[in-house]
Parts: sequence; C-alpha cells; structure tokens
Amino acid sequence: MQQPNDPRPHWLDHPANVKRLYRGFIVVLALTVLAELLVHLHPHFEVDALFGFNAWFGFLACLAMIVVAKGLALVLKRPDTYYDDKNDE
Amino acid sequence: MNDLVLHPGLVLIVGALLLPFLRGTPRSVAIVALPLVVLGLVWQVPDGAVWQLRFLDHTITPLQGDKLSRLFATIFAIMAVGGGLFALGQKSRLEVPAAFVYAGSAIGVALAGDLITVFAFWELMAVGSTLVLWSQGSEASYRAARRYAMIHLLGGVILFAGVTGHVVQTGSVAFTHMEADSVAHWLILIGFLINAGAPPLSAWLPDAYPEASWSGTVFLSAFTTKTAVYVLIRGFAGTELLIWVGLFMVFYGIVYALLENDMRRILAYSIVNQVGFMIAGIGIGTEMALNGAAAHAFTHIIYKALLLMSAGSVLLMTGRRKCSELGGLFHTMPLTTVCGTIGALAISSFPLTSGFVSKSMVSQAAADGHLLYVWLALTAASAGVFLHAGIKFPWFVFFQKDSGLRPAEPPATMRWAMVFFAFLCIAIGVWAEPLYALLPYATSYEPYTWAHVLAQLQLLLFSGLAFFVMLPFLKRTLTITLDTDWLWRRLGPALYTLVQKPYAALQRLLGRELNRTGKAADAMVQRHYGQDGRLARTWSTRSMALWVLVLLAGYLLLYYA
Repeated sequence: MQQPNDPRPHWLDHPANVKRLYRGFIVVLALTVLAELLVHLHPHFEVDALFGFNAWFGFLACLAMIVVAKGLALVLKRPDTYYDDKNDE
Repeated sequence: MNDLVLHPGLVLIVGALLLPFLRGTPRSVAIVALPLVVLGLVWQVPDGAVWQLRFLDHTITPLQGDKLSRLFATIFAIMAVGGGLFALGQKSRLEVPAAFVYAGSAIGVALAGDLITVFAFWELMAVGSTLVLWSQGSEASYRAARRYAMIHLLGGVILFAGVTGHVVQTGSVAFTHMEADSVAHWLILIGFLINAGAPPLSAWLPDAYPEASWSGTVFLSAFTTKTAVYVLIRGFAGTELLIWVGLFMVFYGIVYALLENDMRRILAYSIVNQVGFMIAGIGIGTEMALNGAAAHAFTHIIYKALLLMSAGSVLLMTGRRKCSELGGLFHTMPLTTVCGTIGALAISSFPLTSGFVSKSMVSQAAADGHLLYVWLALTAASAGVFLHAGIKFPWFVFFQKDSGLRPAEPPATMRWAMVFFAFLCIAIGVWAEPLYALLPYATSYEPYTWAHVLAQLQLLLFSGLAFFVMLPFLKRTLTITLDTDWLWRRLGPALYTLVQKPYAALQRLLGRELNRTGKAADAMVQRHYGQDGRLARTWSTRSMALWVLVLLAGYLLLYYA
C-alpha cells in the first residue's frame, strides 16, 4: 500500500500500462465471441440464436440507454444547487 | 403458545433500547454479539404459528416460521452484524440503536403471521429508519428525514386502510396470498409498493438515503425495500402488473444513475434498479422466479451494503461525495478499492460472484415462461447494471483521472466489515448450494454451465466496451436530474404559494367586510340597548302605567272584537 505522501507513481499511472490493459481487454472481448464456436449457448428464442447475440445486444442496449439518459438530461438536468434555497417543504 | 421460543425481532429491538446505557468495549461487543444472537434465534423458529395472542377480537400470530420468513430474517440479522461492525466508530450515539430497532422491525415483518403484526412492525421500521437518517445531524439530513417520514407515513396510512378493509371483508387477519381484486387489496399492494421504491413515489429513496451518515446509508439500503420484496412475494406473487412495474424500475434506476454525480446517489438509484429485478420476478410468479427474487434479495443486501461501505469509507476519509471531485483513490485505499470492486462485480452478476447465482434465476424464469420481451428487457437491463454500477461507480470513485487525494484506509473495524461482506459475495458466488437450500422452493438450478458463463461474459464485457466508447458522454457534471420528488419539493410548495396569496387576500377582504358589519351591528345594539338607548333607559312609573293601560285596553278590544 502506498503511503499518503509517497511521490512514486503507481504502475497504473503509466499511460503505457493503461494502454496494455485496454489491448488485453480487446483481446478478451474477441475471445468471448470466438468461444461461441466451441460452446453451444442453448438459445431459448430465435433472436438469441444469432451469432454473438449477447455481445452485440449488450453493446447496443448500453448505447441506447446512454442515448435515452442524455435525452432525458436535456429536459431534466439542473445545477446541483437547485434545491439549496431550502424552500422545499 | 410456545413460550420457549423468543421473538428474534423483539430481542433485537429491546437490545437496541438498552445499547445507549453501554459505553466503550462492552458497547462494541454488544453491537456485534446482539445480532449474532438474533441470527441464532431466527434458526430456532420452527415452521408454523409459534406465538398467538388475542387482540381486538382477532387471533394474531406475531411469530410464525417457514423457509421464506427465515430466509429474510436471516439476511436481515447478517446485515445487522455487518452494519454494526462497520458503524462501531460512528460518533452519533443514536444511529446504531435506531438501526437495530429498524433491523429488528424488519425481522418482525418477515416473521409475522398476520397483517396487524406486519403493519405494526412496518410503522416501527419507518420510525427507526427516520431516526437513522436524522442522526446524521445536518440540516440537509433533517429535511430529508422529514420528507422521508412524510412519504412513509402516507404509505402506512394506505396500508392500514387496506388491511382494515381486508379484515372487514374476509374476517381474517392472516397474511396469505391475495389477488389485486378489491379496493382493500389494491391499497395493500400500493402500500407495499411505496416501500419497494416503485413509481411514482420512487424518488423518496435516492432523495433520502444519500443524506444519511457514512454508516447510516449502509443500514438504510438493506431493510425497507427488501421487506417490501418479502411481503410482495408472500402476498402478491404472480400479479402480472408487477412484471411491468419491475421492468420500469429497472430502467429508471439505470438511466438516473447514469446521469448522477453523487456516488451514493448512484448506488441509491441502483437499489431501485435491483429491486426492479426482484419485483419483475415476483410478477412472473413461478417457483423459479420467486426463488430468484428471494435469492436476489439475499445477495443484493450483501453486495449493496458492501458498495455503500466502500462509498462510506471514501466519504469518511475524504469528506467528498461527488464523482467529479473523486478519482485515483486506489493509490492509498487499495483494500477499499478491491472491496468496492468486488461489490461492483457482484451487482453486475459476474461469474464467481453472488449476483451471478441469484439474478440469473429470474431471467431463466422469463425464458422458461417464453416471455420474450420480458427476457430481452431483463437481459438489456443486466447489461445496464454493469454500465451504471458495475463500472461507473468504481471507475469514477477509485480510478479515472487522479484527483490528487491521498486519503488513508478507513479504521480497522470498517475494513473488517468490508472484508466480511466481500468474502460473502465471493463465497455465495462459488458455492451457491447453501443459499439454494434456504430458498422457499426446492431447486435443482445449476448456474455454472459453460453456456451461461460465456453468455454472461459476452454481455458484461461488451457493456464495458460501451462504457469506455461512450466515456466522453458520461463525464460527470455538477448537476442533478429532476425526479418525482420535484412534485413535493417544488410543485407542491409553488401551488401552495399560488393558492395561499389569493386566499390570504380573500381572507383579508372578508375580514374587513365582517369587521364593518360587526361594527355596524355593534353600534345598533349600543344605540338601542346602551346606557341611553331607548330600550335600556329607566322609564318613569307614570309612563310605564300609561303603557300598561294601553296594552291592557288593546288586549280587551282584541278579545271581544
């Protein structure tokens, strides 16, 4: 454990190491999809029998949720001091 | 009535009331030992009615056991142990006793055999949790506690009306399965759903919980919503409406958590999200789905408490709660980082964590029932959990850009509490059989098949990819997102002001008019009956005699006329 005033950088502070982690992540992503060639996934419906269903469905679902959230934010976003004037009850 | 069996909930409540008399080491020992004793007592409760009393012409059953009751009472007791350990260093002397009253009442609901007992403990929970919130001591928490109490008292009134109606209609107070087929049952369902954090009042939860102390939120996260899940499993399993309510909660939690900047409010929204999975399972209503809902409540209490413990540690050590002010804490808080990350993986249902073995039962039930759209929604939501809690929380708090903060790890008791719950998250994840054995229905569900593990890894890792691809859009800003609490924090007061001004003007006008009329009447009375008034003057005997004569003469005339 690093002490509170230790000036030495952590290995995660090196951009090169972070880049290695990202590359490793991409490799793992590819492996999980390719593994589908070896493991039968027991689909329950027709749509989840498509190749890489969980991968692309998960990815697209997340994109959609972020887009919806940003859209909602256009209408409902306020500064976080919004309720601070204490007129709230 | 079997006098030998103690009521675990009452033991915890009475113990909590004695806690304020202890100081120092005996107090610390009592805080950890008391819920352990209660855990032992929970397992002494046999099947069937144990305590029965006569109350207002009804036979009530304050203590009744079965597998479902014991499962929830067990996790509530475990939560009290872990939460108590975490809160040992809490300066407020009110918080832990209040939290134990709260936990004891939750156990009381879980072990109640009739609706009157459910209602009594339900209200006591509201009192205990309000005090936990209040004990934080700031102006903000005091106001949040008032709003929180208001919503829960409203829920209590609705529940009471429903229970009363149910008793009048059926003549029975027993707490058994109900159909949403009468006004009374709808009221009971609504009362239960308010505590579950269901729409439209869901905003009470993310409004209130993050205002408690660093340890208070850990307690709050566990009991209210999960007792609601318990009573819904017992009372309204298979009510189709609950599927849609649950799915709404799931996505509401994700979307609001994605926009949130306060680290504990992110986790509060994610409580609504996780309870949504349970409610959807209750709506599906098959044995697999109900097992899944119950198991998920069990594992959720542990990993959500763990997440909030890591957030509480950060709050205590840095005094900061906004993601935009945090980051890079892994440098000096490695244990907190690891424990928080284990909690984040568990909530995301990563293989080898507790969430994987519980949440998948709900999805499996949807697939078994050929509910394609429900299954698709649950799958999308599982991806979204990783997005809003699994990565977002640890990333913005412990990693992302370095905030320059170098806080130390929290005190030892807090570290032990986190290690204890992190251990449970992994232990249940790798060895699920003990948990499955506790579930209400026998199950042969096997979570670890190659297909299931691979499908889940694909889903989660590609959600992770989506997070990093979209990171520029997820940058934290100093904003909040309006929620339904706006209705009672802004619209309500605004309407009041709107109505109050004309009302006051009307009141003034009426007052003036009344005043004028009153004065006129007063003057008239004064004129006629005052000192010199015609009717109050002292008259001379002479004129009196004259008037009597006139009257008698008039009478005589009229009599003979």
